Amino acid sequence: MKRLIVCIKQVPDTSDVRIDPETNTLVREGVESILNPLDPFAIEEAVRVKERMGGVVTAITMGPPQAKKVLQHAIALGADEGYLICGPEFAGADTLATSYTLAQAIRRLGNAVLIFCGKQAIDGDTAQVGPGIAAHLDLPQLIYVRKIRKINKRYIVVESMTDTGYEIIRSTLPAVLTVVKEINEPRLPSLKSAMKGRRYEPNVLGGEEIKADFNRLGLKGSPTRVVRIFVPEQARKTKILTGNPEEIAVNLFSSLQKEGVLRCQ
Amino acid sequence: MPVVIDKDLCIECEECVNICPFGSLELGPSGLECSDTCTLCGICLDVCPSEALTLPDVPEEEIDLKDYKDVWIYGEQKRGSLHPVVLELIGVGRELARKRNCRLGVVSIGNRLDQVLATLKHYDVDDIFLIQHQQLKDYNSEIYANLLTDLIREKKPEIILSGATLRGRSLIPRVAVKVRTGLTADCTELDVDENTGNLLQTRPAFGGNIMATIECPNRRPQMATVRPRVMKTASPLPSPHKNQVVQNIDPLLSSLRSETEILDTVDSLKETEDLTEAGIIVAGGRGVGAPKGFRLLERFAKVIGGVIGASRAAVDAGWVPYSRQVGQTGRTVHPDIYFACGISGAVQHLVGMQSSKIIVAINKDKDAPIFNYADYGIVADMFEVIPELIKYAERRVKR
Repeated sequence: MKRLIVCIKQVPDTSDVRIDPETNTLVREGVESILNPLDPFAIEEAVRVKERMGGVVTAITMGPPQAKKVLQHAIALGADEGYLICGPEFAGADTLATSYTLAQAIRRLGNAVLIFCGKQAIDGDTAQVGPGIAAHLDLPQLIYVRKIRKINKRYIVVESMTDTGYEIIRSTLPAVLTVVKEINEPRLPSLKSAMKGRRYEPNVLGGEEIKADFNRLGLKGSPTRVVRIFVPEQARKTKILTGNPEEIAVNLFSSLQKEGVLRCQ
Repeated sequence: MPVVIDKDLCIECEECVNICPFGSLELGPSGLECSDTCTLCGICLDVCPSEALTLPDVPEEEIDLKDYKDVWIYGEQKRGSLHPVVLELIGVGRELARKRNCRLGVVSIGNRLDQVLATLKHYDVDDIFLIQHQQLKDYNSEIYANLLTDLIREKKPEIILSGATLRGRSLIPRVAVKVRTGLTADCTELDVDENTGNLLQTRPAFGGNIMATIECPNRRPQMATVRPRVMKTASPLPSPHKNQVVQNIDPLLSSLRSETEILDTVDSLKETEDLTEAGIIVAGGRGVGAPKGFRLLERFAKVIGGVIGASRAAVDAGWVPYSRQVGQTGRTVHPDIYFACGISGAVQHLVGMQSSKIIVAINKDKDAPIFNYADYGIVADMFEVIPELIKYAERRVKR
């Protein structure tokens, strides 16, 4: 059976992350781990392709045992099966080791025709893992896809966003796609699929099962290191402009001119 | 394999417990414990006052770092002209090359690069590598990545910088994997350790709530991307460069193969409307209320030479297209002035615009979070204030 693979990630809900102004540390109390908000678009698109072409939608994630929650979420959103790539050997992975791990899992699962990723994960915001997987598998990459125009057994035609518009690209299959949220509106889980998700127990794969080179996994396989972490200075001192609209206009534009960002007469 | 805790050194201050983004550290009855949710991000190591925390020891595969030298910049071009971010990277690249006492090079790929070359003549760049071929008219991630990889393997640069444009963010990760090295995206600050040559790459993490400095100590080249408009544009030389070395590189035919083909390119935005390049952005949110409100913002943008941006709320309401969206699920922008009109200031929006030089917030709600992040706040109805701003700007603002 042909596989439509979706790579997903469990991330801390960054909208909940706050800095404690007194201690300058990250307040993580009550910060929940969630499915990366850009991933449901990838899952939905895979499900839509399946509805047109057949196949199995396989969600995969690398993470700790708790990451099975996002696979259950993926099942609720329409994925058919989920694989959790989990084990101590994967800890400390940067984008190079992560993309190697996912690529290796995809290789082992076999029969992939399309590999979907969200545009990026909101904790790291790197957008590097999608192209990385494509490079490891030596497959074409279609990045920032906003529409699948056409797909058949041999090729796919997509609209891919650029800084000033989009390109229409045709690619052979298999291929790696990263999708932007414009591509679709993910359906809400039905009662039945939500229930199916809650009960789902994903398959677990370790480094042995994906036949990985252990030197390329986790911290060992990661060339980058975080050497320092600090809280950015909150440099802005807000000046509230008051008065009637006319006074505000005069005041604002003279301030902007003083800041050197605008030229007035 | 979680972080290693030396319980003899640990003073149980819980600094690490508070900062761990994954909630992996906990102070239990038998002292500090770390669960297997640890990703070895190393954040806790920095806050530990007693150096009780270490990362597990891993033997590194050795490569000879000394074989790698010089700083390179990827010279992104479109239709033969250099992307402005390249000139910004030349500024910071020059500084890195000075500290490392090495050469600064620019690599450009395309079908006609004479204009790129003509521009670079006026900048302080030592080496120019041009890969020209008629098949390289359109950007193609596979082919461009093959060619850049071939050149890196041959010349062995120590550092490679690229703009974090959509193109750069497609090409560079592919290249980094092919040469099996580290890559840091969206750096806001770059420095180099003069002795080790380690590039100190600082970038926002966790939605911009914290900054992280990242190194790639045992691999070369070290690769980083930088968003447009973050670094200052290099000043042109007073007269054209005399000793610039220009090398035309013949592409390997085997590297020109691709499984993809561009059928058409649609530029729905004019170059001048590119949000990531805009100097002034007038953005509207839920408070704009209707598409009609955006027409007012458009008039304002026009008189001050700005472009329209929007929050997710306004895009989801269908008032503006997605291509205008600023924030986590949209674009990240760095204009000189960002007008946030009727935008409350959700974190997801802030991460996309908080590195703007000046932020002006206009909102009816005096408690809107946006006011905590703005340089200038106007607590008022935008429909009363903006017409006045337009009136003033029409008379006084030079464009």
